[in-house]
Amino acid sequence: MSDKPASGKIPVTVLTGYLGAGKTTLLNRILSEPHGKKFAVIVNEFGEIGIDNDLIVNADEEVFEMNNGCICCTVRGDLVRIIDGLMRRKGKFDAIIVETTGLADPAPVAQTFFVDEAVGAKTKLDAVITVADAKWLKDRLKDAPEAKNQIAFADVILINKTDLVTEEELREIEARIRGINPYAKLHRTERAKIALEEVLGRNAFDLDRILDIEPEFLHRDDGHDHGHDHGHDHGDGHHHHHGGLKHYHDEDMQSVAIRTDKPLNPDKFFPWVQDLVANDGPSILRCKGILAFKDDPERFVFQGVHMILDGDHQRAWAEGEKRDSRIVFIGRNLPEDKIREGFASCVA
Amino acid sequence: MTDTRAGTTSITERIRPVKADAAAVAVHYLGDTPVFVLAEEALLFAGESSERRVAVHKGAILAAATDGKRIVTGGDDGAVVITDAQGEHQIVATDEKRRWIDHVALGPDGAVAWSAGKTAFVQTNKGDVRSFDAPSTPAGLAFAPKGLRLAIAHYNGVSLWFPNVQAAPEKLEWKGSHLGVTLSPDGRFLVTSMQEPMLHGWRIADGKHMRMSGYAARVRSWSWSADGGFLATSGSDQVILWPFQGKDGPMGKQPRLLAPSQARVVVVACHPKQPVLAAGYADGMVLLVRIDDGAEVLARRPGSAPVTALGWDAAGAMLAFGTEDGESGILRL
Repeated sequence: MSDKPASGKIPVTVLTGYLGAGKTTLLNRILSEPHGKKFAVIVNEFGEIGIDNDLIVNADEEVFEMNNGCICCTVRGDLVRIIDGLMRRKGKFDAIIVETTGLADPAPVAQTFFVDEAVGAKTKLDAVITVADAKWLKDRLKDAPEAKNQIAFADVILINKTDLVTEEELREIEARIRGINPYAKLHRTERAKIALEEVLGRNAFDLDRILDIEPEFLHRDDGHDHGHDHGHDHGDGHHHHHGGLKHYHDEDMQSVAIRTDKPLNPDKFFPWVQDLVANDGPSILRCKGILAFKDDPERFVFQGVHMILDGDHQRAWAEGEKRDSRIVFIGRNLPEDKIREGFASCVA
Repeated sequence: MTDTRAGTTSITERIRPVKADAAAVAVHYLGDTPVFVLAEEALLFAGESSERRVAVHKGAILAAATDGKRIVTGGDDGAVVITDAQGEHQIVATDEKRRWIDHVALGPDGAVAWSAGKTAFVQTNKGDVRSFDAPSTPAGLAFAPKGLRLAIAHYNGVSLWFPNVQAAPEKLEWKGSHLGVTLSPDGRFLVTSMQEPMLHGWRIADGKHMRMSGYAARVRSWSWSADGGFLATSGSDQVILWPFQGKDGPMGKQPRLLAPSQARVVVVACHPKQPVLAAGYADGMVLLVRIDDGAEVLARRPGSAPVTALGWDAAGAMLAFGTEDGESGILRL
């Protein structure tokens, strides 16, 4: 786990996952590890399992629409209030963990950090961690849109209770998850046992940490061996049954990734992407991009949640670094052709 | 104009520093004594000759209100506490589920209000406690200036509740999340601050709407001028004052913009008698501003942590300020 970021903002980790997947087990594991950190924990009022922590706040997940004419722009009113109150006790905790209910949509939680200035000034969203039940996720993806949202939105996914399923079933569920969200970091766990640095201090919403945008399963040398038997390059991802790794394309939730080595025109790109999220924001859960603008010596990075976009120059392109532009959208029923054509038209 | 305020009259040398050692969430006067409501646990009575800390909560203090004779506070320990000028304090109520006491208010006839979870409570001056379950978590409470009537801000509007009447509260509806509520001193207008950087208002007699926008940030501090003619507000890099003199309030009128700065106005407090206000900025500056012509007096220099609280004594002879880093002070005019 990293220390508090240089900005001095308190990191906030969001734990999601469908009912019974093991969120509270993970939470208790985080709290009980000998890390010397103090956490403020925001839990749902109706949680059943006891949590052992000094600073626990009960929330009741009030999702409020913003009055800006955008139906997908929602905030968690309870978080606005609770974080304001918690900051009175600044110095008494190092990080905040928000445990959502099994039916919660992670988007309003994330949007709260971008929309509410007071919240954004004091705290920063670190990552959305989703705990999935190895045995039941497949069924939930069929009958519970919330479960699919939580997978699509995640930065890190724990496939929990792996002891209850076979290796074959595990590969199946991993492939299902990849079909929805190829970018999250996947871990197999039993009783949510995981090294804390895999779930805390991820800086997943930090523009400075957008290093590369590649489907996560292409990364073999990430310094961790999770016992995965894949790691092959799948090219454009349309192969099926390649090297033992199955591919699924979820019927309504998917990702669209585009890459170009042609420099982009910022005067075309920004109006296009703003227009895209303004029109298709409700179906776009998350997006990310690294951009090479014509005659611009610096990389531009952006990320977004539904209609909210956040972007900045990140650093100079390194010598010899390939100046590719890459963008990815994860969402429901994405207008893929429209996105591809639109992006192609942004070339300088 | 720059923040060095060159040429501006300065009275910064009159500051009596108060080492609060903690952020002040509010500062109120009990008699002649400024009382800093600290972010955690205590009230700091900052008398001329002695300072005294009075522990009133076991944790964060989330809300405070005063009627000049006593201070009511709500804490994350689930307690509602009333403290008088002598520092004597008593617990008015403890939430049975130990939920946070998010908001408190004091009524004109001695009534006390607070909210916890989705419920607003009023203890009447006879000691009876009444409750009202709001449609969503109350985000602001304010008593009407006359009678026992409490305004409760929540999602999609405000409920006007008469705790002594059985009837359902009157609803003032406006889509969105309302995070604070205040009534004009004459009781004719009700104004809320919203999640978006804007205010919404109603003329209570007929429910006529008024929208007040143009802010850079959510409005977190406001204050009615001594004559009730203006509502001064934070949330921009100048003090924005909405005119409420006429029968239509600010409808169709431009606000008055005073004391522009590079830093944002974060706290405002109008003088209790004169058409003067105190404005606290995000860079620690405090200005006294005459409402009629915008003339300024520098009360505290910029260059420190944000101002978090401002309070006048009843006579308007002393101004107390609190800051995020606890470097507080009192200014005698």
